[in-house]
Amino acid sequence: MSDIAINVDSLGKKFQIGGRQKSYYRLTDQLVDTIVAPFRRASNLIRGHAGAAADLHETIWALKNISFQVKSGQVVGIIGRNGAGKSTLLKILTGISDPTEGYADIYGRVGSLLEVGTGFHPELTGRENVYLNGAILGMKKTEIERKLDEIVAFAEVDKFLDTPVKHYSSGMYVRLAFSVAAHLEPEILLVDEVLAVGDIAFQRKCLGKMDDVAQQGRTVVFVSHNMGLLQQLCERGIFLQQGTVHTDGTITEAVDAYLQTLERAISQDLSRRTDRKGVGHARLVDTEVTNGSNGYSSVLKTGQSARFVFCVDAFVPGIACNFFIHDAVGQPVTSFYSRLQGPEDTYDPMNGLKFVCELDELLLLPGRYRIDVAIVGDNLLQDFIEAAAVFEVAEGQVRGRPSPPDGKSSVSMSHRWTIPTR
Amino acid sequence: MKETTLTIPSDLPRTRREASKGWAWPKLRELWEYRELLFFFAWRDIKVRYRQTVMGALWAIIQPFFTMVIFSLFFGRLANVPSDGLPYPVFSFTALVPWTFFANALAQASNSLVINANMVKKIYFPRLALPIATVLAGVVDFALAFLVLLGIMLYYGLVPTVNIIWLPFFTLLALVTSLGVSLWLAAMNVQFRDVHYTIPFLTQAWLFVTPIAYPSSLLSEPWRTVYGLNPMAGVVEGFRWALLGTDTAPGRMIMVSVLVAVILFVSGAFYFRRMEQSFADVL
Repeated sequence: MSDIAINVDSLGKKFQIGGRQKSYYRLTDQLVDTIVAPFRRASNLIRGHAGAAADLHETIWALKNISFQVKSGQVVGIIGRNGAGKSTLLKILTGISDPTEGYADIYGRVGSLLEVGTGFHPELTGRENVYLNGAILGMKKTEIERKLDEIVAFAEVDKFLDTPVKHYSSGMYVRLAFSVAAHLEPEILLVDEVLAVGDIAFQRKCLGKMDDVAQQGRTVVFVSHNMGLLQQLCERGIFLQQGTVHTDGTITEAVDAYLQTLERAISQDLSRRTDRKGVGHARLVDTEVTNGSNGYSSVLKTGQSARFVFCVDAFVPGIACNFFIHDAVGQPVTSFYSRLQGPEDTYDPMNGLKFVCELDELLLLPGRYRIDVAIVGDNLLQDFIEAAAVFEVAEGQVRGRPSPPDGKSSVSMSHRWTIPTR
Repeated sequence: MKETTLTIPSDLPRTRREASKGWAWPKLRELWEYRELLFFFAWRDIKVRYRQTVMGALWAIIQPFFTMVIFSLFFGRLANVPSDGLPYPVFSFTALVPWTFFANALAQASNSLVINANMVKKIYFPRLALPIATVLAGVVDFALAFLVLLGIMLYYGLVPTVNIIWLPFFTLLALVTSLGVSLWLAAMNVQFRDVHYTIPFLTQAWLFVTPIAYPSSLLSEPWRTVYGLNPMAGVVEGFRWALLGTDTAPGRMIMVSVLVAVILFVSGAFYFRRMEQSFADVL
């Protein structure tokens, strides 16, 4: 017997999207409507019909018929592709937005980390922001005072505590923001993809903190795309697909189910996929993974060259491509970012809207890998697709050396031994 | 993972998230729990407001002061608008102090949710805290302008009358009116940014239907009482009566103003509550 922390019962959330496409019989109808519409909207607005006021008639169900219970002290990972309803679910649990049907009961104080640093004001000093942000996250002033030293020490910004945060490096900023949030002590913690912040050392520290939270017997609901991390932190996994619960089981079961559906998504035409994020002024329309050398065959081999091509459908200022390679169990292996330039990078005006990334030596061990691709530009995330492509790496040699067949690791490195002889 | 029977904890408070239907009570208790946040928001607004300005907090004074100078020149000197027998600058500045508070509150509070959209979308806190804190932050500017008003009064050799004990009441009336209108406008602005464009126009029109440049004694009863339907008319005449002792004791007019202000405030709170569930989805 254990206590219940969250009880979600047939929860649904409907969004009203898009304008109404009306067809008019006569021009006068259209004219009349153009004149009347503002009054209709205004009257809807004043009567408090938000949706009707915006003339939104098309609806989608972001969540439909979701039911589950979380027992106190459990760490649950929520996974799913973009647009599966993960964030919507978290927003309902935190109270940011209301469900359309059903309910969620929450027992105890809820803290949420939906995005670190929201509510930080650039003109205020680090100390002031700790107080402000703490209050926004629901901490009492005395509580913040008590933890101030700890928060500052964790974020490693002691020296700059009285400097306005606009002068902080982005790393410091994020560290401080995370630190405030990490020192919340609610019974239930809802976390959305916040650990992808800061440098590696700090990420590790955050992970440690999250582990502590879980160890203390607090309930944690965790949304992330990082399967490795989820498997490390969670015992249970809920896999959402198109707004419904697809799998609810151990984290391994949920991750497996998720990876399977990801593979299925790949067979779909990239430009038709809707499970994407970003503003979409430039979108990824095609991906090609080939062997760079012998006539662009699609068989990749360890230690041989490889060529990744990403086609976008439009140009935006400052466009860049960022792709991530994950192994078969969803663990991120490595990433490539065209904005981090090297001396060998070139610009080719004849290339069209294509990013080409060439590797002389593919250092991945045999296995199956997937690529997540992000297109950025205009200082915005333009497009993000998980599993834009999947590729297999076959056995090969790295500089004449066979790759280790341990089946667990995924990277090989060229190296040289000196071996003792008699 | 199949759960065995789970028990409902008895020691922890239950929060239910469900669709709110129709009109509901404003979440006042929650706002009270978050009162520190209210204070922090107001404090942030005050701290940040005049950063990166040359004049700094002087802006709180410049605004009403120069309006007073312009009014004195054009209405006082040129048009010879009556001023209840008082020096025109004192007459108009007394009205401009609460008026500036009101106008700024409207402009800033109506935009408060939109400016903090990111926070509203990502963090849960009582949404009421944003417009209310913004209005409260204006109290500091109000206090500064008020000190200047006392200075101007002394310069003209005017001493506040005993009626000054009523001043907190009129200040409260100004606050309630500002909050009421701000709640309406802030909630509407989330849905339609038209509000944002309406505000300058609205405040300007409201300025002229409020007895700032002219005295309400131009009207005779019962029209003066009807004038109280504009709660700012009650505030402004109240300020003049409390500080300068204008002999038009604003009895019935004030009562009408108080009634209207309370109606605005209560309806604003309910309207805000009704719209608030859609904020995160619409912003």
